[in-house]
Amino acid sequence: MSETHPTTPAGSTSAAKQTPGQRLSATIEAVHDRGEGVFMPFVVIGDPDLETSMAAVDALVAGGADVLEFGFPFSDPPADGPVIQAADLRALAAGVTPSDCLRFLAEVKRRHDVPVVLLIYYNLILQRGLDRFCAEAEAAGVDAVLAADVPLEELTPLETAAAAHGVANVLIASALTSAERLAQIRARCGGFLYTVARVGITGEQRAVSSSLSTVLDRLRAPDPSGRPRLPALVGFGISTPAHVSAAMAAGADGVICGSAIVRRIAEHCPAGSPPTADRVAAMQRSLTDFVAAMKAATQGAWRPPPQASTNRHVQP
Amino acid sequence: MQLTGKFGPYGGCFVSELLIPALTELEAAWLDARDDDAFRAELSHLLSQWAGRPTPLYASPALSADIGCRVFLKREDLLHGGAHKTNNTIAQALLAKRMGRTRLIAETGAGQHGVATAMAGALLGLQVKVFMGAKDVARQQPNVRRMELFGAEVVSVEAGSRSLKDAINETLRYWTETVADSFYVFGTVAGPHPYPSIVRDFQRIIGEETRTQVLAQAGRLPTAIMACVGGGSNAMGIFADFVDTPDVLLIGVEPAGHGLDTDAHGATLTKGRPGCVHGSISYLLQDEAGQVLEAHSISAGLDYPGVGPEHAWLKDQGRATYESATDAEALSAFAWLCRAEGILPALESSHAIAAARASRGRWQADDVLVVNLSGRGDKDLAHAMAALDADTLPPKETGASPSQRASRSPS
Ligand SMILES: Cc1ncc(COP(=O)(O)O)c(C=O)c1O
Repeated sequence: MSETHPTTPAGSTSAAKQTPGQRLSATIEAVHDRGEGVFMPFVVIGDPDLETSMAAVDALVAGGADVLEFGFPFSDPPADGPVIQAADLRALAAGVTPSDCLRFLAEVKRRHDVPVVLLIYYNLILQRGLDRFCAEAEAAGVDAVLAADVPLEELTPLETAAAAHGVANVLIASALTSAERLAQIRARCGGFLYTVARVGITGEQRAVSSSLSTVLDRLRAPDPSGRPRLPALVGFGISTPAHVSAAMAAGADGVICGSAIVRRIAEHCPAGSPPTADRVAAMQRSLTDFVAAMKAATQGAWRPPPQASTNRHVQP
Repeated sequence: MQLTGKFGPYGGCFVSELLIPALTELEAAWLDARDDDAFRAELSHLLSQWAGRPTPLYASPALSADIGCRVFLKREDLLHGGAHKTNNTIAQALLAKRMGRTRLIAETGAGQHGVATAMAGALLGLQVKVFMGAKDVARQQPNVRRMELFGAEVVSVEAGSRSLKDAINETLRYWTETVADSFYVFGTVAGPHPYPSIVRDFQRIIGEETRTQVLAQAGRLPTAIMACVGGGSNAMGIFADFVDTPDVLLIGVEPAGHGLDTDAHGATLTKGRPGCVHGSISYLLQDEAGQVLEAHSISAGLDYPGVGPEHAWLKDQGRATYESATDAEALSAFAWLCRAEGILPALESSHAIAAARASRGRWQADDVLVVNLSGRGDKDLAHAMAALDADTLPPKETGASPSQRASRSPS
């Protein structure tokens, strides 16, 4: 459990290790200081193969990604729509394993100075062993992990293992999250709050849900417990610069974009046809341009949240 | 959530945060309905007047002669809809109404759960949408037609292995998208809490009736109870009332497909190891990394790489044991029971019949064996006849042609 740092704000701990997610938080803060929202693209590692996938990552960073989010391919992803399911299957068909994914992440860290977040299904963590997985994730430079099928009820084992290795636990909130539960989520979430724009599964959408600003107002309100505020990054369905603008206008601290990225990879480098140098170069151009356009829509669009009340009190 | 939904280290509620509000509401509605006399009265009225409960406990002369002890069949094949699934769907549909939902959604493997959900929806005026793997749509056509006749929409799922596990994924996705007005009628004792407990509660009537009937008809409790295990609902249903009666052996029968030493089977408890899929931790057929493997069984209803978490716990505690029967053994038992008793069993239930026949020699003459005949086999005719090469049909006299067992758990 993460109740060990109630009195000190992040950064002032005397432990040798950084507070979980500290590097991630610092990056998010720096982006906000420039008046920008965070742009976090998502790819499935090894889609359609490890080498092409790394080329995609290079292109995302070149386009201006602030943080990278990675999925480990899984056979049974019930939180994902058809585009990301297909990416999982392409990577699995290429024989990509969790060990490959961890090596891939270490290589990403060698190439790019960008925080890394994992979006992963729990069985892949369980089968490796919670502690071993978190230790390896830390060694590979992972900043935070979101287990798609681990709600608060089941979080403690992963939370304990992640905390021991300086990895933050990202949690999800949506329009359906009750006020009481939101308080519990905030107390145990690290790095940022994964705010679901629309209750559903991953996939591209026509428009950003009208309920988003209501959710964000609740999320951006000062935490009643006086904890430092968690940035709210909005995901699920964000697929055009107009969506980014809409999310930022609704009060987002940044956006996460998955299916629209993954679809571009699949269009240029479909499974079955070899990813020739030409195809990979075209994919990279497409991704870099797309990320640049999405990132541009965050620029000058970030609004600081309402001031926290001054009578902060510490959790008993 | 008010309860953890854990069975020892198994079970739990491993779903996206987005489904937690719906599962919390479902748990509350179920706990409330459980203790509500009006709900129970309505359910028991429908179970008796509409669905035909109690189902008979039939003393089978042919099986008794074949196995060498007193063998009874619990006749869930005679329940309205043709399988035990109706016990659960009518109860969950009543819960859905109580919760003000307008649409029932369900996964189905053999199509029996889909049919039973479609029937319940028609009865209670609820819209029904059923997700079924494309492979199963092809091999269980009569049930697809029945669902459509009852007014349900059947969605063929092309993803993954195109069978039950993929139908569950797709139903979970659709539920996440429509959680405000859809009620997910889960078909077996698996899935996230509270489903394993809800489905067990709604199926335990099988075992409660069995207890009363066997005491009346045999004058004693059974020596052993056998039931096939896909997700495990008919087995949990007949086991539940006996779990705390340690003298009664509980034996689940898993599908061994082409054989336990091949990779084409669905014997999750026998060959799998603990893992997390579809919302709970239980035994799972998976590779070293944790990718879920495709199961194989000739019977669509057992073609599932997971299993209900309560079975995992019963196994680890040694309270229940799990054996298996191959495709060939099940087919042989299927044909045998038709000739021997004039009863056409579902291919799923035929696995339990096969294991019961293979257990001869284990029992004394006055032992009492109850086999859960979870469903009838009309749905399987085309598929089974294609597989049952005419000259493998057993000879007509009863008691002949015990099947070869490719492999068997220690007994
Ligand atoms: C007749 C019959 N028996 C058994 C099963 C397997 O399910 P369970 O193990 O939940 O009883 C099915 C599933 O469709 C079925 O139709």
